[in-house]
Amino acid sequence: MAIKQITVFLENRAGRLLEITQLLADNKIDLRALNIAETTDYGLLRIIADDTEKALTVLKENGAIATTTDVLAVAVPNVSGGLNTLLRVLANANVDVSYMYSIFGHADENAYMILQLAEADEVVALLQKNDIIVATEEKLGIN
Amino acid sequence: MAERYYQKDMECASREEMVALQNERLVAQVKHVWDNVPYYRKKMEEKGVTPDDIKGIEDLHKLPFLTKDDLREAYPYGLLAKPLADCVRIQSTSGTTGKRVVAFYTQHDVDLWEDCCARAIVAAGGTNEDVCQVAYGYGLFTGGPGMNGGSHKVGCLTLPMSSGNTDRQLQFMTDLGATIICCTPSYAEYLAESIHERGLRDQIKLKAGIFGAEAWSEEMRHDIEAQLGLKAYDIYGLTETSGPGVAFECSEQTGMHINEDHFIAEIIDPDTLEVLPEGSQGELVFTSITKEAFPLLRYRTKDITVLSREKCSCGRTLVKMHKPMGRSDDMLIVKGVNVFPSQIEAVLLENGYPANYQIVVDRVNHSDTIEVLVEMTPEIFSDSLGHITEMEKELVSALKAMLGIYAKVRLVEPKSIARSEGKAVRVIDKRKI
Repeated sequence: MAIKQITVFLENRAGRLLEITQLLADNKIDLRALNIAETTDYGLLRIIADDTEKALTVLKENGAIATTTDVLAVAVPNVSGGLNTLLRVLANANVDVSYMYSIFGHADENAYMILQLAEADEVVALLQKNDIIVATEEKLGIN
Repeated sequence: MAERYYQKDMECASREEMVALQNERLVAQVKHVWDNVPYYRKKMEEKGVTPDDIKGIEDLHKLPFLTKDDLREAYPYGLLAKPLADCVRIQSTSGTTGKRVVAFYTQHDVDLWEDCCARAIVAAGGTNEDVCQVAYGYGLFTGGPGMNGGSHKVGCLTLPMSSGNTDRQLQFMTDLGATIICCTPSYAEYLAESIHERGLRDQIKLKAGIFGAEAWSEEMRHDIEAQLGLKAYDIYGLTETSGPGVAFECSEQTGMHINEDHFIAEIIDPDTLEVLPEGSQGELVFTSITKEAFPLLRYRTKDITVLSREKCSCGRTLVKMHKPMGRSDDMLIVKGVNVFPSQIEAVLLENGYPANYQIVVDRVNHSDTIEVLVEMTPEIFSDSLGHITEMEKELVSALKAMLGIYAKVRLVEPKSIARSEGKAVRVIDKRKI
């Protein structure tokens, strides 16, 4: 059920993010989600692209440092407090979330969150048992 | 006011007297080294020189050179010329690729070293009426122990402050009425600024400052003198030959008198290794003619300077060396600590980083900073910020362990380090001194 996320090393300087997104745009790659974790000197750009392999190849060919990581895309009811249901299930099961961010737009009436956590397979089972939808790559339009 | 000297017979000796003394001491020293230092004896044998060939200073050029590489190779005891039982002290400095330079002293060596420092203090106007605040680091670094000993010999009330802790420095300086301060010039600037900020200027009684262990300019001298209301004197030395006091400045402030009764100075061409005529600019080479435990013959300092025998208004006849104008190697002096790019390279490689790096040295708020730019690689990279931060911290610790000072690490993108003609620019020194 896991989907592939691409993490790119970003030096902190004006225009560097644009260089990366321009490169992806030039290669007709569409982004499903984007997040930046930053330190004083550099940042980690995390993206979900519609074509992971192509995006990775393009980035590496252009000298960027990039790696892929398995993450989960989890549905959250698009209502106030919708996220809490998900977090409560995880908290009750003592699951540690490394980081989380949201996907652009809607595949259905739900909002979708990207989650990075340990022991993803067990968590998928746990979520499904609690009637929480874990989205597949197809559902999110990812090749 | 009449000029005062600590050891007038030496400081003002005629050239003939000094040459006679140097001849006698050099001959004895070469024999001492030949008899007791197999490492150097081998070098002499390779060059086909024996002690019989050295009759005086005009034969000095026949002797082989020593460099920091020799000190590294012979570490720790290879250049020791006395039994350890006769040695009472070591001092140390950071050296290339992890190995430090360790210099040994007999009690007699310490004594003569302190005499040299005492000469510097007296030349700066010091007497037993003075309160001398020593704000060089105490410990393995020679600055604190050397000036401490010199201050005792002059009979000053000595404040063994060591470096740092500015509030405490200023409290003792004002409460005890320090009249002489010994520290690095950058720390003197920092102290001046702190005094100004705290409005303590009219409680400061300093009349002289003895500043060394790092490069400083005439502009910096004028600045420090104006801000602290003192006369700023330069001092030169290196751990390999003893420490501070190898050369010191007098009231004329036009160069540092070399203590020629202890050290013979030569200027060589760093490429051809030929001795250059007096007045030429070149690499400074020292031969210690009185040291017992660690007597280095023809030690290449890598400092580029000029010697001058012009008559000095202070009455001293000791040859003067110009403030070093640069180095013939790539050594950097950061916060008074010797840093070689090769040391940083070794740490990077040991820790799995590529050898694509750049060292940026700057001076922020009168304190040197050093930053190491390292290119990120796919092998090191990961999706976890925590993991990368942890690796960065480990690298900072490894650099600290190697250099003895904190160096900031900055991870940069691959191929982002400027290369000129295909060769990376390893060092950028932004300090304006």
